Amino acid sequence: MKIKRSMVLVSSDPHSIEKGSEEIYSRLVDELKAFNLSDEISLSKVSDIDRIDASPLVIVYPEAVVYGPLAPDDVHFLVEEHLYKGRIASRLQAPTKELSGKIAWISARAGTLPAEQRIVLERAGLIDPDSIEDYIIHDGYQALGKVLSTMKPADVIDVVKKSGLKGRGGAGFPTGMKWGFVADAAGDKRYVICNADESEPGTFKDRLILEGDPHSIIEAMVIAGYAVGADEGYIYIRGEYTLAQARLLKAILQAKEMGFLGENIFESGFNFDLHVHGGAGAYICGEETALIESIEGKRGEPRPRPPYPTTNGLWDKPTLVNNVETLANIPPILRNGADWFKSFGTPSSPGTKVYTILGNVNNTGLVEVPMGITLREVISIYAKGMRNGRHFKLAQTGGSSGSIIPSVLQDTPMDYDSYAKAGVSMGSGALLICSDETCVVDLAKVLLNFFRFESCGKCNPCRIGNQRAYQILNNISEGLGSTKDTNDLQEISKWLYEMSNCGLGQTAGSPLKDIMNYFRAEVDAHITNKVCPAGVCPMSGKTATTV
Amino acid sequence: MSKNNNGRDVIKTVNAAVSEFHARQEELIPILMKVSQELGYVPNDALEQISEVMHIPQSRVYSVASFYHMISTKPTGRHVIKFCESAPCHVAGGKAVWDALLEELQIKPGETSPDGKWTLKTTSCLGVCAVGPVMLVDDDIYGNINPDQVHDILERYE
Repeated sequence: MKIKRSMVLVSSDPHSIEKGSEEIYSRLVDELKAFNLSDEISLSKVSDIDRIDASPLVIVYPEAVVYGPLAPDDVHFLVEEHLYKGRIASRLQAPTKELSGKIAWISARAGTLPAEQRIVLERAGLIDPDSIEDYIIHDGYQALGKVLSTMKPADVIDVVKKSGLKGRGGAGFPTGMKWGFVADAAGDKRYVICNADESEPGTFKDRLILEGDPHSIIEAMVIAGYAVGADEGYIYIRGEYTLAQARLLKAILQAKEMGFLGENIFESGFNFDLHVHGGAGAYICGEETALIESIEGKRGEPRPRPPYPTTNGLWDKPTLVNNVETLANIPPILRNGADWFKSFGTPSSPGTKVYTILGNVNNTGLVEVPMGITLREVISIYAKGMRNGRHFKLAQTGGSSGSIIPSVLQDTPMDYDSYAKAGVSMGSGALLICSDETCVVDLAKVLLNFFRFESCGKCNPCRIGNQRAYQILNNISEGLGSTKDTNDLQEISKWLYEMSNCGLGQTAGSPLKDIMNYFRAEVDAHITNKVCPAGVCPMSGKTATTV
Repeated sequence: MSKNNNGRDVIKTVNAAVSEFHARQEELIPILMKVSQELGYVPNDALEQISEVMHIPQSRVYSVASFYHMISTKPTGRHVIKFCESAPCHVAGGKAVWDALLEELQIKPGETSPDGKWTLKTTSCLGVCAVGPVMLVDDDIYGNINPDQVHDILERYE
């Protein structure tokens, strides 16, 4: 490959595109040509820059100078000054502001983000995602080489087991154990599936991994295939993630050309083929058996379990299904060993977790931190406090199906065991932080509306329960609640959990349950006093029309 | 986007999609997605044609087509607005934007405006929650919207 002396990144998040980043990009291409610099300078688009105040942005490495907000007409001056003459074009520099965790290595240099630890997002935003060379330079495909040339499949599973890695999709099932189940299942044909149907509201960690570092998932899937004895894999990616799909397809072609995919990988005799399968818009397809149905070309309705996919998965063959973030942990673990991995996080939940921080806080964005950090730390350190000086009221973890965390649990370490002990769940890593301006009835209404919309309708408890709970909440918010409503909501939440066929229905009631546990008085105020303490609900006294 | 829904176009579109992805059950969803994108929705003629060339009962083709939100079985307007109504956008002020959108369009969710310009849909999370409230107009994502911007955003579309 050619040696590049500088690397130029152009922000291309939706906000930047709206403000003309595409034009800036094409002007850069032209200007680099005009100055005859195209061979020396690499140019790429990145989408995970969190500097909305200054977008569209152009960042020049290795100096890590951030320019923005830029207009297309600034491009000529920028290229001439910085890239041709080598002087920083200070009049175009972005105003200094502490970066959120989105560009880790800049913030790490400035030391602005304590405790941040990047394992799965190590390369995202740092390398050109369209370049396999970039990935290889940054330790890429090293783990695969090590695995295929020095390890037996059983050794690989052993390392994953010892690392203590747990599934990052939400359920937290031990990854190594799952690999073991698939490897031990009867039959010759097995599959590996990467669950990239990230649809949990508030979660976009997988999108950043796929867009920023697609090769890490390919490498992890080949390793997984070798470990469990599969020669074919699918990446099921949600239909809305078109950029991630395009990057994956390109990465797969590059990996095939270089011999990291296909036949006789690393001369080991091991073959592995990989397909990308796009979703078509259905939250339920994040459930692993629904996802499998969808790959087979059917409605995404979950299968009864057992039998589990580990024995009867895709086309009834043993199938390993892992989340994107889980897989992204695999190459670093095999490169550095289980003990290295266990040095991060807590003893029961080793490693890091990617959180997406959202809601009524000053800084929204994404961080990767060791397991066991507390919510209070997240709010004060990364989110820079509550917006407009409001008070913290509650946080919702893990998207719509997650738990409602009241302020009394703000100091509970966020790891699988501590949260389970407190009766709440961590879920996929979304942290929706709400201030005292949020009404719990209104929030519950929005969540239940989501579930009644996304329920696949196959089993009655979920299809009818979510609809009924939504109607009750709607009545309460209109000031038409009756005293038996709280009981009914608790019953519905219990039925959903006990009788639903799959995880969607089983967890749909959990925010309801938490609200009844921690915010009962506020719900009662709506019902008995006909008052919404937060002043959000309409309380019109009229029956609302429900669709 | 071709809006030609006369018989010939539909058949051609279906045949092209089927030969691109191959007539296998597991390719049914990509084929339906393609047809829906090309024609704006999957009309009855297309369901019939897919059923015939793929040897899958039409009822099953319809059951798959109607299951996924990105595949439409009803005609849509020239522009489709998808408004995110998930909790992160709601908490960040989505309700006020939604009300402004309803006011501006004068149609209900799921409906198409009488002039055939707009179809309004609600959608679950679009995965850009850090910039909520978010809405999608055709393929353009708008983030950090406030109610006052709704009019200007819609103005951009013919």
